Amino acid sequence: MARRTEGHTVTDTSSSAPSPAAMARRPGNARPTPEQVTGAKSLVLALEHVGAEVVFGIPGGAILPAYDPLMDSTAVRHILVRHEQGAGHAAEGYASATGKVGVCMATSGPGATNLVTAIADAHMDSVPMVAITGQVASSSIGTDAFQEADIRGITMPITKHNYLVTDAAQIPRVIAEAFHIASTGRPGPVLVDIAKDALQATTTFAWPPQIDLPGYHPVTRPHAKQIREAVRLMAASRQPVLYVGGGVIRAGAHAELLRLAEITGIPVVTTLMARGAFPDGHPLHLGMPGMHGSVAAVTGLQRSDLLITLGARFDDRVTGQLSSFAPGARIIHADIDPAEISKNRAADVPIVGDAKAIISELITTIEAGVGDAADVNPHTYDAWAATTKGWAQEFPVGYTAPSDDALMPQQVIERIGAIAGPEAVYAAGVGQHQMWAAQFIGYERPNSWLNSGGAGTMGYSVPAAMGAKVGEPDRVVWAIDGDGCFQMTNQELATCVINDIPIKVAIINNSSLGMVRQWQSLFYNERYSNTDLHTSVGSRIPDFVKLAEAYGCVGLRCERPEDLDATIEQAMAINDRPVVIDFVVERDAMVWPMVPAGVSNDAIQTARDAAPVWDREESEAEEQDTDADHDGK
Amino acid sequence: MSTKHTLSVLVENKPGVLARISALFSRRGFNIDSLAVGPTENDAVSRMTVVVDVDLLPLEQVTKQLNKLVEVLKVVELDPLASVNSQVVLVKVRADASNRSGILETGQMFKAKIVDATSEAIVLQAVGNADKLNSMLEILEPHGIKELVQSGVVAIGRGPRSITDRSRH
Ligand SMILES: Cc1ncc(C[n+]2csc(CCOP(=O)(O)OP(=O)(O)O)c2C)c(N)n1
Ligand SMILES: [Mg+2]
Repeated sequence: MARRTEGHTVTDTSSSAPSPAAMARRPGNARPTPEQVTGAKSLVLALEHVGAEVVFGIPGGAILPAYDPLMDSTAVRHILVRHEQGAGHAAEGYASATGKVGVCMATSGPGATNLVTAIADAHMDSVPMVAITGQVASSSIGTDAFQEADIRGITMPITKHNYLVTDAAQIPRVIAEAFHIASTGRPGPVLVDIAKDALQATTTFAWPPQIDLPGYHPVTRPHAKQIREAVRLMAASRQPVLYVGGGVIRAGAHAELLRLAEITGIPVVTTLMARGAFPDGHPLHLGMPGMHGSVAAVTGLQRSDLLITLGARFDDRVTGQLSSFAPGARIIHADIDPAEISKNRAADVPIVGDAKAIISELITTIEAGVGDAADVNPHTYDAWAATTKGWAQEFPVGYTAPSDDALMPQQVIERIGAIAGPEAVYAAGVGQHQMWAAQFIGYERPNSWLNSGGAGTMGYSVPAAMGAKVGEPDRVVWAIDGDGCFQMTNQELATCVINDIPIKVAIINNSSLGMVRQWQSLFYNERYSNTDLHTSVGSRIPDFVKLAEAYGCVGLRCERPEDLDATIEQAMAINDRPVVIDFVVERDAMVWPMVPAGVSNDAIQTARDAAPVWDREESEAEEQDTDADHDGK
Repeated sequence: MSTKHTLSVLVENKPGVLARISALFSRRGFNIDSLAVGPTENDAVSRMTVVVDVDLLPLEQVTKQLNKLVEVLKVVELDPLASVNSQVVLVKVRADASNRSGILETGQMFKAKIVDATSEAIVLQAVGNADKLNSMLEILEPHGIKELVQSGVVAIGRGPRSITDRSRH
């Protein structure tokens, strides 16, 4: 029986910005006399007071009243997108790059349903987002009125919480609550659907409103006993791994993680959602685990005797076949969401709380060095750290260049990462290029890697990059996109050009739905059913360079390795408008390593039909029967 | 071992809460045996009694997922030994001169009330736990059940303590 721990204060999980609730409570924001305003104006005032800087959206009938006062707001910038999905992903990109709440807005019916994919995406990846939609007038709700859709019902399973507001007086409270819920505890999307008549009605605006959330108490401070238990397991362990997930990034706990790793000498793996939570250049970093993880990270988890799980959720793309995942490991599972703990893999030591607080407490206990803690130091894990580091050196994530002079997608991405550097932001689409972007760019800081991890939403990249650039205008922002993904949301290039949002888009053009094609190569006898996109092989439909130019972007094309650096540098030099580069790459390149879906991670392959060849002495020393698979066949 | 568990769920009394909860059950693939909702001694709070058919581990998931809903104030699993539960059944039984007295006798045995009677049928109303009601229905079955309607189970813990005490703070 789960019991909620009571009496804890709710604190913000993002490191920088004060929480919306704190903002709401801030006395300076209080208006002594309530103003007489429309519901629409009340909405805009609430957005201003809660600290929203940017709203991505498209107007329409039901939300129209809100757009009138929005026009006069100097604090809230509205960016008109070309598709509501773009608004949603832009809000996500903004949120993921800055740690603040992203905001998108749409009208009722189709406007709202167009947001659904992005809301689902934000839900899967715990992105703090508030989506505001107009709804038909309250008297028409339920009558199948023009552009009516039950967006609250539709989004119930894909939001952290949602509201339908039919009374103008509730608008400030609901907006304050929405921002509070979106940004605290485990972050996530909150939808606020407001009936048109509530936007038109006259009401009073007073700030701060009274937040009324009797059932919402995220636990942020870990239980001291659980911390002691965790340290006890760490002391008893000889082969521990810090299994780090996206929660560490959302909690802003990267500095604490670095310290914990360094005082203990425990190797680290960072999941797809956690790339950048721990510096890639750090000697303790084994890379990314999972289906396309590094040999060192995957094997490190498999052979570990203790997983110190921080803000990760044992996703099937990490565990592979669950029953054979890390068979010898005990589990410490720290997460802000109690429902994640023991959901997929039973935890020996569950710790509910904010990752930053948990890691800090672990550090304090370990540094005190009393009792068990005295054994938690690099000396204890020496041999293991050396072994895992040996794997990382022996089996680096790499690729083989073809004999002819084809442009390899991995090389393109690697060079972009090298030239743009760790201060840039990279937003990937979904597919092979996404995995290569996770593998071949060195991430040294949190919030520099944005992607659609949980949902795998094609079309994320361009609008997310746009949102990131709006939030971080001084950073170089690259969309690393596929020729397939790009065609789902590239209309936002118009938004970028018009609103002076100079992102850089690298289309990794393999003329196909490459990731699907890879599976067809491996599992469907090279029968390429419906994966040819005709974007470079045989024809260029569309011609991405012309398309870029039609939007007012700079369009470049690169087809030869010798032009690669010069093209990237040319793009880096352009800062007055978006640049789109059509990188025409080898279409048969595959993402390796790979653990095929549903099998044990022990079956990792470094290339087609190639398993890692383990050092003989080492494989003999291992007693796991899984070594049979590792004997180099 | 029974895999049925009775959960008392205190929720904010707001529109849409029932939809949210039943959607959660269906999305996570949990089977609900019965669900009853109603007001409580506190206007702002409604209470649901949910009987679910799950093993212990998934039950923990159900409870945690319910607790994550913003409008859920408290989730308590009622220990079958330390709680009482009850439901209402209305059953219309075919009845004529030949079997009427048999039906009335059965009704008496289970403390059921006759709430309607005609020359062809009798409507019995019985209150109690599922076992008792099922026994009654089994005995009535041969007479011919024309119509049957049952409420969800409602349940409450025994003793002086109340689960609503600390639900709002
Ligand atoms: C909206 C959506 N539709 C379909 C898929 C299935 N899917 C996953 S990867 C992929 C191919 C993506 O192609 P492209 O953008 O060219 O990337 P590549 O794999 O070639 O690098 C597809 C169709 C998806 N993830 N999302
Ligand atoms: Mg492609």
